[in-house]
Amino acid sequence: MSKRKVGAAHMPVGECITQVQEILRQRFCRQRVPDRPGGVEAQHKHLLGLLKRTAVHGESNSVLIVGPRGAGKTMLLKCVLRDLMEEKEVQKNLLQVHLNGLLQTDDRIALKEITRQLSLENVVGDKVFGSFSENLVFLLEALKKGDRSSSRPVLFVLDEFDLFAHHKNQTLLYNLFDVSQSAQTPIAVVGLTCRLDVLELLEKRVKSRFSHRQIHLLSSLTFPQYLERVQTQLSLPDDFPDENFAQNWNSSIKAVCEDKSVRDVLQRHFNSSKDHRTMNMLLMLCLSRVSVSKPTIKPADVLEASRMCFSDAKANMLHGLSILELCLIIAMKHLNDIYEGEPFNLQMVHNGADGFFC
Amino acid sequence: MTALLQQPGYEEERLQRVAEKLPCRDVQAGLLLSLMGQPQQYSFPSIFIYGHRASGKSHVLQVLLKELELPHATVSCVECVSVVLLFEQVLLSFFGCDAASLLPRSPSLSDFVRVYRQQCSQSPAKQTRYIVMEKAELLRDTDANLLPALLRLQELVEDNVTVILLSEIVWDKFRPNTGCFEPLLLHFPDYSKGELQQILSQDRHPSYSAEFYSSYINILLGVFYSVCRDLRELRHLAALNFSKFCEPLAEGKVKDTDTHKLWRNIEPHLKKAMQTVYLREVSSLQWEQMQQMEEKETGTVRGLSAHTHVELPYYSKFLLIAAYLASYNPARTDKRFFVKHHGKIKKTNFLKKNEKTSNHLLGPKPFPLDRLLAIFYSVVDSRVAPTASIFSQISSLVTLQLLTKVSQGDLLDAPKFKCAVSLDFICAISRTVNFEILKYLYDFL
Repeated sequence: MSKRKVGAAHMPVGECITQVQEILRQRFCRQRVPDRPGGVEAQHKHLLGLLKRTAVHGESNSVLIVGPRGAGKTMLLKCVLRDLMEEKEVQKNLLQVHLNGLLQTDDRIALKEITRQLSLENVVGDKVFGSFSENLVFLLEALKKGDRSSSRPVLFVLDEFDLFAHHKNQTLLYNLFDVSQSAQTPIAVVGLTCRLDVLELLEKRVKSRFSHRQIHLLSSLTFPQYLERVQTQLSLPDDFPDENFAQNWNSSIKAVCEDKSVRDVLQRHFNSSKDHRTMNMLLMLCLSRVSVSKPTIKPADVLEASRMCFSDAKANMLHGLSILELCLIIAMKHLNDIYEGEPFNLQMVHNGADGFFC
Repeated sequence: MTALLQQPGYEEERLQRVAEKLPCRDVQAGLLLSLMGQPQQYSFPSIFIYGHRASGKSHVLQVLLKELELPHATVSCVECVSVVLLFEQVLLSFFGCDAASLLPRSPSLSDFVRVYRQQCSQSPAKQTRYIVMEKAELLRDTDANLLPALLRLQELVEDNVTVILLSEIVWDKFRPNTGCFEPLLLHFPDYSKGELQQILSQDRHPSYSAEFYSSYINILLGVFYSVCRDLRELRHLAALNFSKFCEPLAEGKVKDTDTHKLWRNIEPHLKKAMQTVYLREVSSLQWEQMQQMEEKETGTVRGLSAHTHVELPYYSKFLLIAAYLASYNPARTDKRFFVKHHGKIKKTNFLKKNEKTSNHLLGPKPFPLDRLLAIFYSVVDSRVAPTASIFSQISSLVTLQLLTKVSQGDLLDAPKFKCAVSLDFICAISRTVNFEILKYLYDFL
C-alpha cells in the first residue's frame, strides 16, 4: 500500500504510522511543552514578568501557582522558564533549584538536595551547622559573585507545595520566605500546588512572610474550545515529512471531530472533567487503535476509547464472581440494608444466605 | 487468532510464540502491545491492570516482556517489606549491581531518584523500561508518598520508563486524598466457561485422547463452576481427581466413550471433594491416600473441623457449661436465669436495635472470672468449695483450647475468658451431665 510518487517526499504507510505514533506519543505520554501556552496567556505574562524582575533586577519574589490536578501548572512553569532562558543575561546568572514534595519528605533531605543542585557540596564539606537557617544563609552567601557586590539570583521551584507545609515547624518554607523578604540574596520562590486552601496550611509566621501572590489556573474552557483543543492535539504539525499523508490525516481528524456521536462522547468527557490529563488518556487510547492495517482514527475508535474510560470497575469485578460468591454478596447487601450499616460477620451472612441454597 | 498480535518493531515469530502461550487472552495482550507501542517510543507513564485472581495478569505481562526481550523489573510488593528492597531490585534490573550499591543506607525516595537519574544519564533508555509491580494493593500501606511518586516516575526521572501496577482491587480504593497522576485503567475480565474448558484441556495427559479429557473437564466444570471460577483451584482439582476418573477405564469396566457410566462413577466423588479438598479440610496428600483405599475401608474423613470428643472430669464439664452461658448470655440476664427468686423482668426494655441479631451469630463475648464462678456455683447442684483444684481446672480448659484467655498480661487478678466451643459440642457435654442447657440460653427463650 505504499504510494510512490516522484518529487514530493513520500514514505510507505508503515513509516508514516511510526512517525505519527512518535509525535503523538510525545504529546500525550511525555507531555512535551507546547510552543504557545493555550488559554493561559495572562498567567504566563504575569509569571514571566515576576521571574524576570528577580533574574535581571535582583528583586526577591514569591508566588504560588494553584490549580486542580492536570490543569497545566508544570506546563506553564516550563513554558515560562523556557522563555526566560532566552535572554543571555538570565541564562548566565540564574540558578535553579527544583524540589518536589513527594521526594523531599523532610527538611534535612531538602537541604541536602538544595546543596547538591547548587553544586556546593565541596564548599560545605564537613561543616556542621547549628540550625537550618545558618546552613541556608551559608549556601546563599557562597553564591556571591566574585567581586562580592551582589549574589546570583536563585529560583526555587517547590512542586507539591502543600506537602512541604506538613514538615516539622515548616522550617524550609519559613527560611525561604524569610530570605525572600529580607533582601539578602535575590531569590524567587515558586510553589505549585493542587490545594485551593493551601494558605490555611501555612503557619502564621510563614504566611506573613509570604507575598500572598497567587496565580490561579482554573480552566475556563468552553465546549467549542475543548473540541478545538482535541483537534489540535490530534493533528500533525506542518513539518511532517510526508505532506500528503499529513493532509489526509488532518482532514480525517476534522471529520471525526464533526461527527455527531463523537461530539456526544466528548461532551460527556467535557462535563466530567476539562483538564489536560483525562483528555490525553482518552486520546492515547484512540491512538493505540491506529495501526498499519488501519492508518486513520475513526469515530468508532473514539467511542470505544470512551467506553473504556467510563467502564464501571466494580461492575466488571462483580461479573467475575461465582454464583456462590454472588449469593453471599446479596446476603451482605440485605444485612446492610436491614441493619443500616452495622457491622456483620460471616456467621450472619451465612445465616442470611441460607435461603438461597435450596 | 494468532493474527491479532501485530505490532511493528517486534519480530513476527516472537509475536507468534507469545500468541500461542496466551490462549483466550489475545484481546488483552493485543491492547497491551498497542499501548506499549514500538520499543523505542514512549508509553503512558503508568498503567493499572485489575482483575480477579488467576485471570492471567502476571502471566500475560511476563510472557510479553520475556518473549519480546524488553528491559523490565518485576517486583512483588509482598516481598518488599521495606522500600529499599524495591529500589535495589529496580536499579539492579536496569543498571546492574553497581548502581544498586550506590544507594546509601536506608535510602529515601529522593536518593533513589537521584541515583536513577545519574545512571540513566550515563546509559539512557533505548527501549521503554517497564517496572511491573504485583499485588500493588500493598503499596497503600507503605509511605504515603510512594504510590503517587511511582505513578509519575517517568516525569521525575525524565527517562523512558513505564510503571505497571497489577492488583485484584479496583483503582477507586487506591486514590490518595489530594489526588495523583491517574494511570490508564485496564480490566482483565474473568474467563468464561468455554474459555476455562479450553485452557484446562491443555493440561491433558498425553496417553489419553483429547475428547476423553475434555469430557472429564466438562463434568468437573459442571460440578464446580457455580462454586469456584478460579483457574488455579480448578487445575488443582482436575489434577487430583483424574486418576479416580480413569479408574473404571483401567479396570476395563467401561469404554472411552461411555460418558454416562464415567459420570455416575465420578460424580459422588467430586461432591465429596467439594466438601473436603476444596475447603482444605483434608490436605491433598490425605485425599490421594483416601482415593487409594477401597471404598469399604474409608471410614469417616478426619477433617480439620471434626472434633474428637474429649472426656472431662465432672466439675470441668460444669465449668465449661458455665463458660458457655457466660459467653453467650448478656450479663444483665444472669439474674433472671440463675437467681432463685427474681422479680418480673420487663421484656420490652431488653430489645434494643442490635438485639435483633442472635448472640450466637456474633460470636462469644469475653467475661471476667468472677462471673464465671458465680454462674458455676449456681449451676452445680451440690455445694462446692472454691479450692485450688477448681481454679486449676479452669487453666487446664485454657490449655485444651476450649476456653480462650483474652485479658492483657498485666492484669493478673481479673482475667477475662471467652468460650471457644460450638453449640453442638456443649449440647453433647450437657447431655452427659443431665443439664438442660437450652433452657438457660437467652437466644432460645
